[in-house]
Amino acid sequence: MIETVKTEKSTTASHTQLEAATPKLIAGAIFGLSFGFLLQKGGVGKYNVLIGQLLLQDWTVVKIMLTAIIVGMIGVSTLHHFAKVNLHIKPTHIGANIIGGLLFGVGFALTGYCPGTAAVALGQGSWDALFGMAGLIAGSWIFAELSGWTKRTVESWGDFSKVLLHDLVSVRRGVFVVCFAAVLTALLVVVQQFTPR
Amino acid sequence: MRQRTTKRRGVRKEIEKNGNIMNSCANTQPRGGLILKCAAYLIGSLTLQLLWTATDAGASVDTLDYPGAAWSPYLVGAAIGVLSWLTFYFSNKPIGASTFYAQLAGFLGQLIAPRHTASLTYFKDKPPRVNWGFVFVVATIVGGAIAALSGGEFANEWLPPVWEARFGDSVALRAAVAFTGGVLMAFGARLAGGCTSGHGISGTLQLNLASWITVICFFVGGVAVALALFNL
Repeated sequence: MIETVKTEKSTTASHTQLEAATPKLIAGAIFGLSFGFLLQKGGVGKYNVLIGQLLLQDWTVVKIMLTAIIVGMIGVSTLHHFAKVNLHIKPTHIGANIIGGLLFGVGFALTGYCPGTAAVALGQGSWDALFGMAGLIAGSWIFAELSGWTKRTVESWGDFSKVLLHDLVSVRRGVFVVCFAAVLTALLVVVQQFTPR
Repeated sequence: MRQRTTKRRGVRKEIEKNGNIMNSCANTQPRGGLILKCAAYLIGSLTLQLLWTATDAGASVDTLDYPGAAWSPYLVGAAIGVLSWLTFYFSNKPIGASTFYAQLAGFLGQLIAPRHTASLTYFKDKPPRVNWGFVFVVATIVGGAIAALSGGEFANEWLPPVWEARFGDSVALRAAVAFTGGVLMAFGARLAGGCTSGHGISGTLQLNLASWITVICFFVGGVAVALALFNL
């Protein structure tokens, strides 16, 4: 709070402080509100929907994610083409991506909420999300304790820096987006056809 | 009974296979290729095991008996897609959630052991701050509350009904399992560089290879453990 007030004064003076500028935080709050609202309406704050996906019974999560990816990909790629947005590409460290991904998956199945949906679950009064959130804080701390070591070891295994899918097949981004959107849509149609929910 | 023994044998075979992979990996030369190969084998064998478990699974709980989404998943998905355009355009930020917990951990650390916290590599790279991402997740909680209250879906419960049907009414057990899961999730997310939001939606929609690998691993790990938890 103090930090926010302090930086509010220097917003115009310093661009480096932009990160903490109040208008930006308000935008974050509005977007976060929308995100939480949508996730709850999508049913993914519910334990039975999330664990149902991992049990391959309830396909709500995959449907939401694939639709978001298709719509988001088309829009963000178009905006990027006209130089309206920057991309934020995280580096590919194959080792860390796989090990971290699998660990995350194991934890996801145990908790039944992921970091974003735990926040939604808490909001909707599923208080057991608090245990998961406490674990998330503790796990983040443990990672920070070991971060010097992970940086030297796991994160250096299979380090390919920033790689995009269309680089792999050497196709122009636009062409790839159109084809990939078609493939993902087909996948969505298949999922819809063969799943009860 | 017979099924169970075949299951055991299957597992043993799987283990032997993994052992062989270890050996073959130790002999291969270039490092990047070696890791890719190991990774491919690991994911492959896990997927096989998973499919094989899934086929003879008769889950003890049917999650479809419990209430699902209020809105169509396609409507919600499309709206989240549009939301990601807006966050990119207006805030120059991708949607993400897991960093919030690292920032909370950082704040707690600064309270308890400020000098030690400042010395940790992760917090040197990313000092905890109340920034866009932090406010975003706090607001997500509020957004969830508004949606639940407006839809008459406010749960106000310590145990999810599906959990209770499977594991009984001990809150302590739920707390222990959920906490452990949280620890693994946060560690995994930090290692992989994001969670179901940061990699699963924002990264994948930017066509980031890292995100596609990571999100597939989320589901491989998650489905394997969930099937085990609810079927064994």
